[in-house]
Amino acid sequence: MTGLAFHIDVSSCSGCKACQLACKDAHGLEAGRLWRRVVEVEGGEWTRKGNAWCSTVFAYTISLSCMHCERPACMTSCPTQAIVKRADGVVAVDGGACIGCRYCGWACPYGAPQFDAATGTMSKCDFCADERDAGRPPACVSACPLRALDWGPIDQLQARHGTLAQLPPLPDGAQTGATVVISPPARMSPLSPDCVQLANDEEILR
Amino acid sequence: MLSRVLSSLGAMVGGRPLRAEPALREGDVTVVPSGCAHNCGGHCVLKAWVKDGRIVRLTTDERPDLDDDPQLRACPRGRSYLRRIYHPDRLLHPMMRVGARGEARFERVSWEEAIDSVAQAMVRARDRYGPAAFLNMHGTGGASLFAGSRMSQRLLNVFGGQLNHHNSYSSAAARWATPFSLGTADAGHSPDDWVNARLILLWGFNPTETVFGTNTSYRLKLARRAGARIVVIDPRFSATAQALADDWVPLRAGTDSALMDAMAFVTISEGLQDQAFLDRYCVGFDEEHLPAGAPVGASYRSYVLGLSDGIPKTPAWAEGYTQIPSERIVALAREFARTKPAALLAGLSFNRRAYGEQPVRGTVTLAAMTGNVGIPGGSPGGVSYSISRSLPIAEFPRGRNPIPESIPVFTWTDAIVRGTEMGAADGVTNLPEGQSRLRTNVRFLFNTAGNTLVNQHANVNRTVRILGDPSLVDFIVGIDQFITPSARFADVLLPAVTWFEKNDICGIWGHGHSLIFMNQAIAPLGECRTDYDICAAIADRLGVGSEFTEGKSELDWLEQMVAPAREADPSFPSFDEFRRRGVHVFKYERPHVAFREFRADPVEHPLATPSGKIEIYSQRLADMALEHVPPIPRFIPEWEGGPWDPLFEKYPLQAFGRHYQRRTHSIFDNVDWLEESQPQRIFMNPIDAAPRGIENGDLVRVFNDRGAIEIRARLTRRIIPGLVDVPQGGWWTPDERGIDQRGNVNVLTSERPTPGARGNAQHSNLVQVEKVRA
Repeated sequence: MTGLAFHIDVSSCSGCKACQLACKDAHGLEAGRLWRRVVEVEGGEWTRKGNAWCSTVFAYTISLSCMHCERPACMTSCPTQAIVKRADGVVAVDGGACIGCRYCGWACPYGAPQFDAATGTMSKCDFCADERDAGRPPACVSACPLRALDWGPIDQLQARHGTLAQLPPLPDGAQTGATVVISPPARMSPLSPDCVQLANDEEILR
Repeated sequence: MLSRVLSSLGAMVGGRPLRAEPALREGDVTVVPSGCAHNCGGHCVLKAWVKDGRIVRLTTDERPDLDDDPQLRACPRGRSYLRRIYHPDRLLHPMMRVGARGEARFERVSWEEAIDSVAQAMVRARDRYGPAAFLNMHGTGGASLFAGSRMSQRLLNVFGGQLNHHNSYSSAAARWATPFSLGTADAGHSPDDWVNARLILLWGFNPTETVFGTNTSYRLKLARRAGARIVVIDPRFSATAQALADDWVPLRAGTDSALMDAMAFVTISEGLQDQAFLDRYCVGFDEEHLPAGAPVGASYRSYVLGLSDGIPKTPAWAEGYTQIPSERIVALAREFARTKPAALLAGLSFNRRAYGEQPVRGTVTLAAMTGNVGIPGGSPGGVSYSISRSLPIAEFPRGRNPIPESIPVFTWTDAIVRGTEMGAADGVTNLPEGQSRLRTNVRFLFNTAGNTLVNQHANVNRTVRILGDPSLVDFIVGIDQFITPSARFADVLLPAVTWFEKNDICGIWGHGHSLIFMNQAIAPLGECRTDYDICAAIADRLGVGSEFTEGKSELDWLEQMVAPAREADPSFPSFDEFRRRGVHVFKYERPHVAFREFRADPVEHPLATPSGKIEIYSQRLADMALEHVPPIPRFIPEWEGGPWDPLFEKYPLQAFGRHYQRRTHSIFDNVDWLEESQPQRIFMNPIDAAPRGIENGDLVRVFNDRGAIEIRARLTRRIIPGLVDVPQGGWWTPDERGIDQRGNVNVLTSERPTPGARGNAQHSNLVQVEKVRA
């Protein structure tokens, strides 16, 4: 794999959503359309011990956009071949060919493609093609106040940060070949990843 | 003097046409360097991409991102600014009230009519009550050099004067209490020193959500990378705890002092205190180092060990108040006492509580007991976030005020209702010789770029009753960008520009390390004008226009205010070059360590306390004999704090309003992108929700004797059971029953002030929550 990918450092993400806002600004996305979303999960519990509260509570947030998969489910579901995987690995929608049927949005396990009511077509993260053409990093990456997002060729990111491509509650990245590198939160271990729960569904499910 | 006049003339005559074009062109887009300077302590770069006179995009800092000079990246609030500038509700024309005050029924008028009306009302009020009846409201919508409230403050002064106010809604108790211990309220190290710490306690400090200076969180990340362990003490698993902490100690809100006392107990009983430091640098830790007049048993050690009151402040004692398991308290105390150097960085949350003065002085005591004062990687506690290294800039001059007396800002509604009864016991300072009370009630309010008139002041229902009474308040002027809950109460409402429609400079709370020039990017929207221009027009109509402007344009003032920077820093560019670059970062030889000289030689470099030492026991406080402000810091169970308050039976949940990441106080509440990202909710633990039949997303009513709000619930384990969080700053939106529908926490908060500073205690509240059944 050599395509472009994001590195998501969950261990230092605060969930502030500057990435999401910078994305909306760069691409002029109205409220209701999110090319980048931040998934919040929490786990652990509170137990009473006499007067005291004992807590094993923890939480983390995952800044999530299109995973620019090796085998994009959006692409295979598209009846008009409007979605292409470019040579640089970026998965993109050809607005001219798109008929706005929304199959891709339903097929994508990450819900990345989003319907653009103004054009009647699907839209999604294009890895900030315009920004990269102008020699700038993707808008989300240069926005992060805690420098928890990075980007580059996937092999380079994997060499630096490992090969983890999945973290609860995300689906198994192997299914579609999610081209992403995730650094897990330090707080996860020794807790089981199964004990986490999606905490902000109203902020991400649309 | 003459050369000064000549040089200013030169700048005016010769300078302006030659001023560099501060913008860069990229295709058909012009990129204008600007910034964001709301009152979060942030000083962030925003570059406006202007096309055909309209901003189409905002990017942030693109300078190299270096560890010793990190980019000044804007937070989600700044990144959403497009939706604020071009919000359909922008106030674009002068308005005059036509309905009852507060009804928000306005009629569009011309600027001339509006200015006339304000000027006439000002003359009327001055002639009838005198200048002391004017109050310029605390307003922090802009925290730039041209901050709006400064403009009207100067206007009132050139017109004849005004009642002063002191303190703030942020740090009243902290800035009042810290000097009793340390002689100054500016006790912080610069954040680039944090990499020298091996342990950092973030005590009620949540810079990831509040911002508190651009890169404060990032500096903590760098400190952690350099080896510091970070422990967050907070009733919430905050975003700071999530992103930066190795450990989290949740506690019952408002019991910080009990935890401090118990940590001191462990430290003393295990002999872990830095006794040599205490002996040499401190007063009042033990009986041997009390001031001469202090009674036996008055030392902090005697209090902690229970020698004075029979109650040893053991971890088991503290567990009952704090709800922290006692063994956790022991471990925390040992870790803090044994790890050197360690920085206790306290936020301001606990200073906005019933007895907010106590934990502030408590942090200084813990820092002193562990010898972490005056050393790299340490922190003296107190107002420890602050950097006492000021920027070399001048303030916009406030003008001369013939009225000396000053009220604690939080008591301004009292100054309306019973001003002539208010004296020193109410915290009034600077009363002139022979005057023991305010000379008049406040009758005229000037509210520029502020929302404390209604939204951010405590007990909203009480406030609006007072403001709505024309027999109490003669006139209210509002200057704002939207019809905020405060602006609703204006008699004349004047439309102001945003940063992007004017020139200004961002200088972050007067301290820090950088200046950002905010260049005007677009023409003012509608009939909007700058705060300066508006106040100049009113001054002109009052016949004091030239006194107000001194003949200077806004750019002239800005150039004058940064002139000291050029003297202090040879690398500071010319004014035009500064405008073009947008950012200037001041470089320092080494991190600022507070009280470094005192540590090196306490005799040559004493503190500004009466003894010259750290006063764990304050003789000044003993002499003042204020109720609930003892000479040593100690835990005092709060009113509306827990089961010890009889009100707890009726209202068994604590409520507070944290600073929400998606707002700066009340600013940005109406921005759709931010509501989408972080909606206004009440956050409560499922353990509290279950017995009330409340599920995630349910509409709930939150109420106490002061009022009620209805808001949707977000159930989260990230908050300690027994506490609910209604993030502060939601715009008060009463329905026909008077029940707020936007989650304004101040409907629930109390106007009762803290006992020392007479500051706000808006985090101490008891409430009940119930499900709203359709």
